[in-house]
Amino acid sequence: MGKITINNLNLYYGDFHALKDINLDIEANKITALIGPSGCGKSTLLKCLNRMNDLVENCKITGKILLDGEDIYNIDVSLLRKRVGMVFQKPNPFPMSVYDNIAFGPRTHGIRSKVKLDDIVEKSLKAAAIWDELKDRLKKSALELSGGQQQRLCIARALAVQPEVLLMDEPTSALDPISTSKIEDLVLELKKNYTIIIVTHNMQQAARISDKTVFMLNGEVIEYNDTEKLFFMPQDKRTEDYITGRFG
Amino acid sequence: MIQINAQNIHQKLRTYKRSPLSLVLLLLVVSATIITVSVLLFIIGYILVKGIPNITTDLFAWKYTSENVSLAPAIINTLIIVILALLIAVPLGIFAAIYLVEYAKRGNKLVEMIRLTTETLAGIPSIIYGLFGLLFFVTAMGWGFSILAGAFTLAIMILPVIMRTTEEALKAVPDSYREGSFALGANKLRTVFRIILPSAMPGILSGIILSIGRIVGETAALLYTAGTVAETPKNLFSSGRTLSVHMYVLSSEGLYVNQAYATAVVLLVTVIIINWLSNFLAKKITKG
Repeated sequence: MGKITINNLNLYYGDFHALKDINLDIEANKITALIGPSGCGKSTLLKCLNRMNDLVENCKITGKILLDGEDIYNIDVSLLRKRVGMVFQKPNPFPMSVYDNIAFGPRTHGIRSKVKLDDIVEKSLKAAAIWDELKDRLKKSALELSGGQQQRLCIARALAVQPEVLLMDEPTSALDPISTSKIEDLVLELKKNYTIIIVTHNMQQAARISDKTVFMLNGEVIEYNDTEKLFFMPQDKRTEDYITGRFG
Repeated sequence: MIQINAQNIHQKLRTYKRSPLSLVLLLLVVSATIITVSVLLFIIGYILVKGIPNITTDLFAWKYTSENVSLAPAIINTLIIVILALLIAVPLGIFAAIYLVEYAKRGNKLVEMIRLTTETLAGIPSIIYGLFGLLFFVTAMGWGFSILAGAFTLAIMILPVIMRTTEEALKAVPDSYREGSFALGANKLRTVFRIILPSAMPGILSGIILSIGRIVGETAALLYTAGTVAETPKNLFSSGRTLSVHMYVLSSEGLYVNQAYATAVVLLVTVIIINWLSNFLAKKITKG
């Protein structure tokens, strides 16, 4: 049994059936990539896992999502999001200092001690491989950083609440190649301690970093397999067409 | 080294010869700017020239008499009314705007109604607010002509301004901040107060500054509600005139036109100081 189990998940935005009968078992301490053409439901699926869809009006979800065997709708949403962190497509640091950005999460969950916060900030920035660049700029506004630094700051911010799972929604699509490769190295490093689910448009990226890959099309999971098998011996004709670039 | 991006006058003329319309546009925008600035400068200059020679120490005497026509009580009344009206209107306006942007569902009929109402209220002439204040606060509530009635009336008058500007400022906060905050497990309360309000602060403050300007410049609504007594108030139920009202009374009596100009100078300086102070505070708060 995996870290996250999804059973018969269906999601509707009003009349639009966005996710159809999704069944997945996501393994702990692995990187699982979600690939597929635009609008296939990758991001929607990702947002189900930390209940970000709760915020969307007219969104109806049926089925079950289990985190360590526990229904995520029985977990307090704040605690769930503490356990399941998220990094967004566009870096979204808050308009405050680097330090306060990282400390926002821990403070939310009740940590007030300056010593503890200092420690968390340092550890999180180190875990996101950005401590050396930022240790002298902790009091500077996070908005002054470059895009790549901002995204690693956002990863550090997500790590600061000590999550178990990290959801990443196309975390490199707004970044240059050098920043992208830094983040990919970082993700590979993080997998030791976290379960990572990453949505990506970039098939090379999925092939480079992920252990498992899910291919989605029109709201359905077409194929879910080890990344190597999925890319070299796709079982489904549609998967093969997609990864060889015949559509999408 | 030769600068290659500098254009001499001949090159510029050649460009304009090729497209004479852009020359016309250039002249239009330049002359519009000149007219705007010079009208403003003329008014300020005229007031300063007429007013400054008439500023005497007498004008700042603590007690008002018909000899010195002191404006000290008016300054104090102005400050009290500004502070009171802001104390009433700012929290109300900001919380109402938070409800409209962060809590109410989009496309809600009630919200559309509230929006339409505030827009309408923002466009109503101030004398109508004055009349309402006279009927409601002064008469029905039995407060008489008083600082309190004046402050409440002006609070209602600036409420739509504060609400609208706060609403716009909140809407301008990117949704990605909200998502980021929620994704870290923060609830709505924390997201609104720690992330959204601080980001929207500059916009909210500009609304407050605008409101202060309207309060300081108001006469019609105050004549009906706060009255024209030229004394420092003993309590909130005393009548008292603000600087603008003071100026209006002086010039309408016709005997103290020079002192009215002097008051105008003081009013001008007061507004500048208040704006500067608000800007200063805004920078302090947003830097946090």
